[in-house]
Amino acid sequence: MTDPTTTTPATTQGSSHAAAASAGATSTGTGTGATPASESGIDGMGPNNTSPTADSNLTDGADILHQQPGMTVHLTGRAASEALPEKPNGIIRCEDVNVYYGNFRAVTGVNLDFGFNEITALIGPSGCGKSTLLRSLNRMNDLVEGARVEGKVTFQGADMYAPEVDAIEVRRRIGMVFQKPNPFPKSIYDNIAYGPRVTGMKVSSMDDLVEEALTKAALWTEVKDKLKQSAFGLSGGQQQRLCIARTIAVKPDVILMDEPCSALDPIATVRIEDLMHDLRKEYTIVIVTHNMQQAARVADRTAFFTALADEGTGDRTGVLVEYAKTSKIFESPDDQRTEDYISGRFG
Amino acid sequence: MTSIIDRGTTPLGHRRSKFSGERTPRALIFLVLIWACLAFSFLFLLILIVTTFIDGADRFTLSLFTEYPASSPDRAGARPAIIGSAWVIGTTAVLTIPLGVAAAIHLEEFADKRKWYNRVIELNVQNLAAVPAIVYGLLALAVLSFLGVQNKNIVIGGALALGLLILPVIIISTREAIRSVPIEIRQGSMALGASKWQTVWRQVLPASVPGIATGSILALSRALGEAAPLLVLGALVFLSFDPNGLLSGFTTMPIQIFDWTSRPQAGFQELAAATSILLLGLLVIMNGLAIFIRNRFQTRW
Repeated sequence: MTDPTTTTPATTQGSSHAAAASAGATSTGTGTGATPASESGIDGMGPNNTSPTADSNLTDGADILHQQPGMTVHLTGRAASEALPEKPNGIIRCEDVNVYYGNFRAVTGVNLDFGFNEITALIGPSGCGKSTLLRSLNRMNDLVEGARVEGKVTFQGADMYAPEVDAIEVRRRIGMVFQKPNPFPKSIYDNIAYGPRVTGMKVSSMDDLVEEALTKAALWTEVKDKLKQSAFGLSGGQQQRLCIARTIAVKPDVILMDEPCSALDPIATVRIEDLMHDLRKEYTIVIVTHNMQQAARVADRTAFFTALADEGTGDRTGVLVEYAKTSKIFESPDDQRTEDYISGRFG
Repeated sequence: MTSIIDRGTTPLGHRRSKFSGERTPRALIFLVLIWACLAFSFLFLLILIVTTFIDGADRFTLSLFTEYPASSPDRAGARPAIIGSAWVIGTTAVLTIPLGVAAAIHLEEFADKRKWYNRVIELNVQNLAAVPAIVYGLLALAVLSFLGVQNKNIVIGGALALGLLILPVIIISTREAIRSVPIEIRQGSMALGASKWQTVWRQVLPASVPGIATGSILALSRALGEAAPLLVLGALVFLSFDPNGLLSGFTTMPIQIFDWTSRPQAGFQELAAATSILLLGLLVIMNGLAIFIRNRFQTRW
């Protein structure tokens, strides 16, 4: 299997693209990779890329987006010219992490490094602990009664569960976007301004900050004339982008996303995925998704989790099976369970 | 006309029998019975209201609002009782709402529900809401005696008794309002780096204000109609001055009604009916306000 970061012949763009869009096909290993970009001109990737026919492989939703000026469409992971390092540099690092809810061990023995300015996807069947692990990456699990984390989770080298660390500061630096869009019952403007206000950010102009956050979340043009209106008037997809904008406004380093598109229609989903590609330039993103195609489309690296039954008690607990570049996970996984899951044989 | 596929079934809209489905004799008897129950209770309410209005309409005049109680019904009015009710209910609201809301916030947002003492407190708050009103009057009496207060018929004493009475109701309705704020809102706020306190103060509480207001108004309207706990405190029935402070003697509308109905003269009965009309009107307005607030300002998640 060729490494997609080094080889992307223009002639195979179309087929590899189709392969990336269909997880079943990618697992057979026919594509050149899950990561070539389709829009080299807009993306600034260089001259060695896409023929116009590649566009015919875009989904309907993407086509709609594609026709809008100023929108770039990416259906795959990191652009081929951007080298993905072999090992993630570990802005967040999990060392032997166990997560408990009371006596129940939801996640067992996870060792996982997340790379700076990378998109990492956590995939796996229901109950495999991927959301639980995600919530322990910014101490959101602290809010669940009885939840506790063993092992070490570090952020930029510092143990985020150390007694002297303020969980509020952790959450400001590592933001989170949830499954269901959860705008506050306030105006669009106040939704964005809430974070900077409560965290006491020094802001020279709140108006500018709101505009910047909404622009980065690709929502500004749609809402700039109704900033004072209730956020509840927005569509589901717009609400989710508002929640992303709200997270961006407090200037975090990492954004955790817990199935951010599972409540959205396909067009809104494409927009969020597109947005994630733009955001990767400035932020590190970790996304939990049930949708394997989504992981194939957006993620640089993918971690596959599964649930194992404990031999003694029979309790099921989540374990990390395999963690590698997305192209490897989807084309030539090392573990049979990964292969089975990717090809749809279980989960 | 025949249907497209003939399976021998009757077309929709045609009953096989006059007495099938929801029109079996049993169902019809049950329906008549529950209608009769409703009519029965509604009839008595109607009779009560109509007779009150007939009795009191003539006395429902300006002098009811301006005159003090007197030995002759023609010169008597409920002015001190109206002002006294306003004083007592106002003081009750000021004493009780902040306390009840704070207690509810603690129980709902901060108390660790796994601790047994918090569960005991929760259970007791539920139980307290069902305790007879007069018990709170006795409790207030005991507290005032303990504090060495000689004259217990004072506005603050009445407010204390009524406050104890409605505190559980306010706590319960506030908890309901707080609980109706989705957990996602709290998570969204915390995920932005807000503290627990900021989340409660800036998200949860504003979103539950309509529910808290509705519950509080309903609780206060209950307090407005109470007489028993105030009678235990030895409420006055013949006041020739306006209550004008927390330590002032007072009477309230229910007590005035209670006193007037026990008099033999027909004129006092009419005055009682007129005061009842006023009290009823106030209760309708308060409950209407509560419904209005709920419908108009409640956030739909």
